Amino acid sequence: MGEREYDASSYAPPAEVEEMELPHPKGFFGKYVWSQDAKVIAVQYGLTATAIGLVALVLSLLMRLQLGFPNSLSLIDPGSYLQYVTMHGMIMVVYLLTAIFLGGFGNYLIPLMCGARDMVFPYLNMLSYWIYLASVLILVAGFFVAGGSTGAGWTLYPPQAISPGTPGVDTGIVLMLVSLAVFIVGFTMGGLNYVVTVLQARTRGMTLMRLPLTVWGIFMATVMALLAFPALFVAVLMMLMDRLIGTSFFMPEMLSMGESSDHRGGSPLLFQHLFWFFGHPEVYIVALPAFGIVSDLIATHARKNIFGYRMMVWAIIIIGALSFVVWAHHMYVSGMSPYFGFLFATTTLIIAVPTAIKVYNWVLTLWRGNIRLTLPMLFAIGFLFTFVNGGLSGLFLGNVTVDVPLSDTYFVVGHFHMVMAVAPILVIFGAIYHWYPKITGRMLDETLGKVHFWITFLGTYVIYYPMHFMGLEGVPRRYYAYGETTFISDSVQSLNAVITVAAFIVALAQLLFLFNLAWSYFRGREAGSNPWQATTLEWQTPHTPPRHGNFGKALPIVYRWPYDYSVPGVKQDFIPQNVPPEAVERESDTRRGGER
Amino acid sequence: MTDRMPRRLTLEPGWRGMVGDLASDQRAFKKVPWSKVMMWAFLVSDVFIFACFLVGYMMARIASSAPWPNASEVFALDVAGRQVPLLLIAIMTFILISSSGTMALAVKCGYERRRFATGGLLIATALLGTIFVGMQAFEWTKLIHEGVRPWSNPWGAEQFGAAFFLITGFHGTHVSVGVLFLVVMAIKVLRGSLQAGRPGFLTGRRGRYEMVETLGLYWHFVDLVWVFIFAFFYLW
Ligand code: HEM
Ligand SMILES: [Cu+2]
Repeated sequence: MGEREYDASSYAPPAEVEEMELPHPKGFFGKYVWSQDAKVIAVQYGLTATAIGLVALVLSLLMRLQLGFPNSLSLIDPGSYLQYVTMHGMIMVVYLLTAIFLGGFGNYLIPLMCGARDMVFPYLNMLSYWIYLASVLILVAGFFVAGGSTGAGWTLYPPQAISPGTPGVDTGIVLMLVSLAVFIVGFTMGGLNYVVTVLQARTRGMTLMRLPLTVWGIFMATVMALLAFPALFVAVLMMLMDRLIGTSFFMPEMLSMGESSDHRGGSPLLFQHLFWFFGHPEVYIVALPAFGIVSDLIATHARKNIFGYRMMVWAIIIIGALSFVVWAHHMYVSGMSPYFGFLFATTTLIIAVPTAIKVYNWVLTLWRGNIRLTLPMLFAIGFLFTFVNGGLSGLFLGNVTVDVPLSDTYFVVGHFHMVMAVAPILVIFGAIYHWYPKITGRMLDETLGKVHFWITFLGTYVIYYPMHFMGLEGVPRRYYAYGETTFISDSVQSLNAVITVAAFIVALAQLLFLFNLAWSYFRGREAGSNPWQATTLEWQTPHTPPRHGNFGKALPIVYRWPYDYSVPGVKQDFIPQNVPPEAVERESDTRRGGER
Repeated sequence: MTDRMPRRLTLEPGWRGMVGDLASDQRAFKKVPWSKVMMWAFLVSDVFIFACFLVGYMMARIASSAPWPNASEVFALDVAGRQVPLLLIAIMTFILISSSGTMALAVKCGYERRRFATGGLLIATALLGTIFVGMQAFEWTKLIHEGVRPWSNPWGAEQFGAAFFLITGFHGTHVSVGVLFLVVMAIKVLRGSLQAGRPGFLTGRRGRYEMVETLGLYWHFVDLVWVFIFAFFYLW
């Protein structure tokens, strides 16, 4: 087939995307509060998510306190334990991870990495943040209303979630549902922006196959979120009606205290289907950005091109698509036809293939790389270990027969914390260490960071590794206390105590991290514009931190993919994406840069 | 990957060419304005919302043990002593579909820069939309008078009322929001803001006639969804 190339004189195709007009507000409020600059919005998202994440962290400590040293704090009773479980889970998954990956890193990195001045619709983007903030506030209000927040578990399964006896059934559950609906509205505004910016607002020369994998991961996650959140939205509306108006979408007729309830004929299974049609993709919504970011961290800090770029992109796309057809693996014990179980087990295990490809490619990228054990690299390697561990226990849970006895035990808690809690969190840390210099212009402190890394990484193993064994013994999840249970051995209590101590130490290490963030902002070493010698566009901005509009007068032109590290025959070990071929300094003129 | 420009897969036929096109630099969809791509993305997301609604409705209906009310009796209109099934809904559907026609004309006139024709057609569309919502309100009132509530009805499974009010209500909200935007757009058109490229009040984006088309996409989508709701509630 005829392959045509542009002739050498016109490396860059002509500009197709018109320059955008940016509002340039004056004054503190216009610049930092009601800002339409994606970078400011990103930081707002990041700070809000971190703040609410800290609340979730404190909740987890309260739970751990109860589990490790039962009844040491009179504040915690069975009801409030359930409330902590619920709020902890929901905050961590939706309000922290989703918000920080898409709203935080998405906003900061997409325009910079694509070579755009800003998101395509800055005003909508700003609204997105404020609506997100509103949803967080509504959620937090749940702590203060009579009856407290809901204790239904983060899955909010009806009928329990809206039946008398569950904590927070009066107001807490309503606030939770409203908050989720508001979150979805706000997210949609941002999400549409991210998608359209990636699709339609790239700079000259930036093809989709020259996008850094970070952008690919965030892009695909956003697409998935736009398709998955609708299911949650519908479930939320229906449950609100069940709770407030007395409809029976999800509520069957029930006997309670000898009286039959007002509801009849609803289907709790319908909720589970809707919830998990959202819930499973949600796992990948937080995983794919992590995959993307970690690819870039590894390539940059190992000074090597990413192994199998195309494969990585397609793996992201395939994982995204497949994750919409596996949801019922969360419902193996809810009662369904064994044929369905078989079908969903099969699709679940198929997802392991593209995922495994990605892991191999990361390892192969590291293989014989010029690995610099910088903080981002440490966290990236930590992610690899944690993710593989969590993925392996996922293989157990994906099989119906193995899952049935493990369902609702601590094995599950151990599994999902490894794979979707700790692994993405490690990437977030790595990413913050990596991009903080761009965001603030200063480096984070290395020593503090190393302490933070080792305590977090090893600590999480002490926390979650034993949970798998507890799960094998049948220790149930979401239990405040185990009482006189013969199948649970005494050693579980000592294990729990150890886990709790580790959890507190890990939590303290996070304070170190926060201190580092604050201290380095004022005292950190000046970073310069490209401290990691990275190739992607965000490091090539004329100013650090980048100003509104990102790239000064002229947008950069892209001549190459983002992974030109250690190209043979080239003087420097990296070639930024915007360096034209004639500007590449070569060792001798006879050899041209690595041909691909 | 080096100093070469991307290979122009664009020129190749078939699947590779298509992927090449989509992946080529700057824009995946050539010559398509941002707002249009964004509207399409939003609509796809919205499709999932309505799909979840309708699938939920189907599941509730299949799972229900109580008998399901008979649509041709419930939605019949009393005309001169005779029960005419589907009469009201046929008129409603006709009106909404007609409004798609006026909308399409508005888009066309917009591109021809005919200010008053565009504005007039937008207002006509908004009027038809308002009539639709009005008739929907009439239907709701009628059903409520007959004793249909979200939590019960005289004829059988209570999920009937719940699903009906929720889903048609959600659709009606879409129509109402659309009417609101139509009115705003009509004002912009008639004032000449689109012609002059005047920045919007809130967003500061310059007006352009493509906005009419983007709004049109939304409006057609709302009509299309109605066809599905119509089929599932009134014909099943
Ligand atoms: C130091 C960090 C963390 C600790 C000590 C911790 C601890 C816990 C504990 C004790 C539970 C309750 C287990 C039970 O009784 O069933 C729990 C549940 C949960 N955690 Fe974490 N967690 C941490 C971080 C995270 C993160 C980062 C996420 C983000 C995905 C997360 C997501 C969840 C979810 C989804 C649940 C299930 C809630 C439910 O059962 O409804 N956790 N965690
Ligand atoms: Cu899943």
